[in-house]
Amino acid sequence: MPPVSTSSSRLIYDALKACGVRLISALPETWLVHLIRMADEDPEMTLVRLAKEEEGVGISAGAHLAGVKSAMLMQNHGFLAAVNGIVSCAQLYRIPLLMLISHRGSFGERDPWQTEGGGVTEDLLHALRIAYQHLDDPLHVAHRIAEAQTLAYSSNKPVALLLCRDLMWEP
Amino acid sequence: MTRVDALRAIYDQLAQRVVVTIMGAVAAELQSLGHRPSFFYLQHAMGLASSMGLGIALSRPELSVIVLDGDGSVLMNLGGLTTLARYRPKNLLHIVFDNESLLSVGGFPTATSTGSDIAGIARAAGVPRTAAVHSVDEFSRAFDEALAARELTTVVAKVEAVGPSGYVTDLALLENRFQFQRYLKGAGRSA
Repeated sequence: MPPVSTSSSRLIYDALKACGVRLISALPETWLVHLIRMADEDPEMTLVRLAKEEEGVGISAGAHLAGVKSAMLMQNHGFLAAVNGIVSCAQLYRIPLLMLISHRGSFGERDPWQTEGGGVTEDLLHALRIAYQHLDDPLHVAHRIAEAQTLAYSSNKPVALLLCRDLMWEP
Repeated sequence: MTRVDALRAIYDQLAQRVVVTIMGAVAAELQSLGHRPSFFYLQHAMGLASSMGLGIALSRPELSVIVLDGDGSVLMNLGGLTTLARYRPKNLLHIVFDNESLLSVGGFPTATSTGSDIAGIARAAGVPRTAAVHSVDEFSRAFDEALAARELTTVVAKVEAVGPSGYVTDLALLENRFQFQRYLKGAGRSA
């Protein structure tokens, strides 16, 4: 098992549960393995394993209109793959989305194939006018997730939290 | 078979059910038969109507959810068929109107015009029940059988590549969205 932080993953998962999230869509990625396992093992959570991240936008939109709070787990390359759905479903129809995006390709990245995505992720969030914050400290996890969801619902818009190396990776 | 004739044949049975459609001709033709608060028209995001239907069906198992899809949209999200099949909600009926073209943008032929078989793709993806139909009678029968079976079904209805004269209706996108959400909030919960 890669040295992805179990304790930070637990903090994130518990924060999502505390916010009333009952449906999570996800595509596997190294930093998300514990989170996805926690969702899979939780009888109170509906985990939807996707073929491609854009589907998750539609699933979350359907869940929202049906009265269920959801979150999306994806890598930043998955965010890149989901952009049309975010714009032409979630933004066009004013759907709150809570997106947790693993911020690969930033300082410390060893995988050469991850190094382009990190450089465009924040620029793209700005271009899409999606409010976001970094999650890089366990102390900030619970309240930032709660506040992100609060803004998503009050604005009826997507919001993003960038899961950073300092939080997700064991030192 | 024309799509509007197929829609007319099932229109009465759409009452008390939740309907999610794709953009363009399907949305305009269903509205021409009469809008209901339980109908949502995804007027963009091609490919995601079936994903929205999945999200609703998983969230509210007591509701009967019908997705009215098209060949162009399905081809943009073939992976979505594998996700539908994986969770196979019993309360979801997936109808694909296949006119073998991207009609609303000028009628460019899709890959179903050269032999790609959406019912076959759905079956191979693991959708437990599939059907391909060519007449309104066959379509009505497949629709009734799918609802009676209470199992995820994809019905591919081959239809003529004709549509309405226009696609913009007087129902604003956000009006539809909030009305639909309000309907779902009350549906099945007041009874």
